[in-house]
Amino acid sequence: MPYPNDRKYTKEHEWIKVDGSSASVGITDYAQDSLGDIVFVDLPKPGADITAGKAFGTVESVKAVSDLYAPASGTVAEVNGELATAPEKINQEANNTWMIKITLKNPAELSGLLSAADYEKFVSEEGGH
Amino acid sequence: MPAVEASTPTIRKTALNAVHRQMGAKMVEFNGWDMPVEYPSSGGIITEHNAVRTGVGIFDVSHMGDIRLSGPEALAAVQHISMNDAARLAVGQAQYSALLYPEGTFVDDVIVHRLGDDGYLLVINAGTREKDFDWVRDNTRGFKCRAEHLSDDFTQIAIQGPRAVDLLQKLTDANLAAVKFYWITHGTVCGLKNILIARTGYTGEDGFEIYIPSDDGTSVRVWNEILGAGKEFGAVPCGLGARNTLRLEAKLPLYEHEISDTINVWEAGLDRFCKMEKAEFIGKAALQKAKAEGLARTLVGIEMVERGIARDSYRVLDEAGAAIGYVTSGSPAPFLKKNIALAYMPPNFAEVGSTVKVEIRGQGVKAQVVPTPFYKRPKKV
Repeated sequence: MPYPNDRKYTKEHEWIKVDGSSASVGITDYAQDSLGDIVFVDLPKPGADITAGKAFGTVESVKAVSDLYAPASGTVAEVNGELATAPEKINQEANNTWMIKITLKNPAELSGLLSAADYEKFVSEEGGH
Repeated sequence: MPAVEASTPTIRKTALNAVHRQMGAKMVEFNGWDMPVEYPSSGGIITEHNAVRTGVGIFDVSHMGDIRLSGPEALAAVQHISMNDAARLAVGQAQYSALLYPEGTFVDDVIVHRLGDDGYLLVINAGTREKDFDWVRDNTRGFKCRAEHLSDDFTQIAIQGPRAVDLLQKLTDANLAAVKFYWITHGTVCGLKNILIARTGYTGEDGFEIYIPSDDGTSVRVWNEILGAGKEFGAVPCGLGARNTLRLEAKLPLYEHEISDTINVWEAGLDRFCKMEKAEFIGKAALQKAKAEGLARTLVGIEMVERGIARDSYRVLDEAGAAIGYVTSGSPAPFLKKNIALAYMPPNFAEVGSTVKVEIRGQGVKAQVVPTPFYKRPKKV
């Protein structure tokens, strides 16, 4: 299952998985595949505020730099420090590799995001390549 | 033939386009061409890059262009339009050179191959094919020589890496051991007679480039035979992504990056390929003047010291944060496992060991000037 049902998705290819009042954020398998070898991740520090739809960091492959967009607003509670030295984990296991954990500001924002089925349909339409 | 060729917005494809797609390559547009950037089946850019450094990789480089100059005054014509000294070429020898504007800046960089007594082949870049041919034709009119644009006649395949010679030797009767680096020969390749085989490349490794007829059937057959013959050496198809990181590690210039119509030969550091002792060539007078005036900027290699990747066009800052230059090419270097870049900077910052900063998303990130090329292939023992 490339896109698990236990989370929501953005059209910018992030996923967000809620666990109580906190949520973990990563990028989708489609995103890691499009980027190719991921070599660098730039993430905010704990305590930083992020805003739904706005860039909160960047992910870089050998060829390209891509912004990461916040699926929801909140405060960064935790950053996955492992990615500073092993960003290739995202290529290996995009679904299980969270980048940041946030405390949600407004959980209702999530209702505007895509379900797994909708996201899969979205990428199959986008992925004409 | 129409007097004016209609400009076409259609993206161009090499004869191997369908093969790349069948193999699952990720395709990108490059200078108007639909080209493979990487092959997930090969393992992606990093794997492709390292295959070329340690084994062998295969590239479709048919987007490159070719111009043949032939006739009794072909040498004089080549001497007039290029900066290196083609008179030094023996039949069968090749040299790196460039076509210059009168300002001493670049029309394009080229490899000049001496095919015979009065015949030269110029291999040119994809994005400058038409411009280059027009330039060559217009500036060689006064010579008894004929300029032919042969870009569409060839499928050009590059076989690159320390095992390239072993791979290609399986497919040809030419004695490749006798062909030195930057020399050419002709031989039967995959049953095709009289194929041009050049010991050249754009990767910083040993390797060959072969020029075969561009019809789809022949091109696909030869590509597949090369991949088949390469299996025992771990050969993988490689895309433009690895081609770029390989040439960057080796500090080989890319048009519109390290060289362009606003950058001159001295700034680009290509002095050793520019022979000022030649009687005359386009750009010489301007270069004499530029040399006397001294350099305002020079191409240097930098390596990131702090976390961050310098990318094309990022600004270079001094330690106080003032802009002093810009990055022409920047990337992670897959074999060296460092983040490297080439940048134009004033000469007083160019000394090896100097500390500078690269502006990455508004932050000055520390980098250091290092010797180039970043990578040099080990000498054969």
